[in-house]
Amino acid sequence: MIPPRFDYHAPASLDEALSLLAQYGDDARVLSGGQSLIPLLKLRLASPRVLVDINRIAPLARLEEADGSLVIGALVREADLETAAAVRARYPILLDTAGVIADPLVRNLATVCGNVAHADPANDHPATMLAVGAEAVVVSRRGTRRIRAADLFTGPFTTALAPDEILAEMRVPTPPALSGGAYVKLERKVGDFAIAAVAAQVTLGADGTCQRAGIGLTNVGLTPIEARQAASSLIGRRLDDAAVAEAARLAADAAEPTADHRGSVEYRRDLVRVLTARALRRAAARAGADGTTAQAA
Amino acid sequence: MQVRVTINGEAREADVEPRLLLVHLVREVFRLTGTHIGCDTSHCGACTVLLDGRPVKSCTVLAVQADGRSVTTVEGLEQGGALHPVQQGFREAHGLQCGFCTPGMMLTACALLDANPDPSEDDIRRAISGNLCRCTGYVNIVRAVQHAAAAMRPAPKPQAA
Repeated sequence: MIPPRFDYHAPASLDEALSLLAQYGDDARVLSGGQSLIPLLKLRLASPRVLVDINRIAPLARLEEADGSLVIGALVREADLETAAAVRARYPILLDTAGVIADPLVRNLATVCGNVAHADPANDHPATMLAVGAEAVVVSRRGTRRIRAADLFTGPFTTALAPDEILAEMRVPTPPALSGGAYVKLERKVGDFAIAAVAAQVTLGADGTCQRAGIGLTNVGLTPIEARQAASSLIGRRLDDAAVAEAARLAADAAEPTADHRGSVEYRRDLVRVLTARALRRAAARAGADGTTAQAA
Repeated sequence: MQVRVTINGEAREADVEPRLLLVHLVREVFRLTGTHIGCDTSHCGACTVLLDGRPVKSCTVLAVQADGRSVTTVEGLEQGGALHPVQQGFREAHGLQCGFCTPGMMLTACALLDANPDPSEDDIRRAISGNLCRCTGYVNIVRAVQHAAAAMRPAPKPQAA
């Protein structure tokens, strides 16, 4: 399969890339890891007139903790998360998520920000970004703005970004003490999209009750879904079996699955319930709810 | 567009359309046909090459993206007539049947052993999870990589008598 013809630009600076996007608007697409875009081109599902390859803009490869967040630049590859000490120590939910995306070869090129910006409801990072309360840093010639993950996903394959904007960074808040998160996905085989997947992030108080919770759902709706009622049902409670079961039921209620070759509506909705309970238990264990230290389980 | 690539240590140049895929540059322009095209949809890993040392699926990379970078294909493994230890491992441990997935498997194995000289069976199985073998010869592929890992480890120092 051969992609359609396009003009190719590989700017060396962000300014240059933003000028190209300002000039071409809707006719241009940003190329980062290319692991979704190039297949779309080959299948002729996308035919942009211009590709703006941002891979030569070195500052976009930033991956570090700063200003109370983990900063994930647009060129950070999924594989980069696996070797980053800060990610391994404090963001196990990101490791869980990256580790179930496609396969190791794809992860050597695929980027975290690309997975978010592509906004495929089957992509894995969007649910995680909802659960952790991440923010997108979006830049254009007109300036910089921040978009909360909760406001980012506006439809299937559609985000709140304008055609002249680049998703320059995702910022994941550094979790306080007694926090833990987990991403649990059921897939038919390695590298497949989720039948369903659930991201959960919790912060406990010194008394063991839940102070903050976030739950995100993958591939059970037209967009990634934030299960707000499920998360808020946990606040002020210990994450015992009854609390987890109630949140899991509310998360299943929030899912809007359709039937396809991966499963029926009923199956996928119930799967959300089961996976939410698993994700919450793992998140709670990592937060130290069982009295042990917050080891990555 | 002009692309300059160091392929298997040799500087090469070509004038290509931006839409040309890296696998087609390698096979049709440079005539290195050891890199196979399998699924053409970035699932099977038959087209795996090393791009600056990292294994990637060359059916899902544009040739122009490789400009200024180094590419290693299966043809680059043998040095001066001697098989690479990974190639030797596949031969000794019967790591191939039809051979179609083998170039990609071996390049993925090379990158694994570069990063982790003493991988567990689980490490190996994870590393090759993006390379499909339709003969389902995975048991011997794992053995082949273990054989290579053992051969590549420095020999233990002789014990004092």
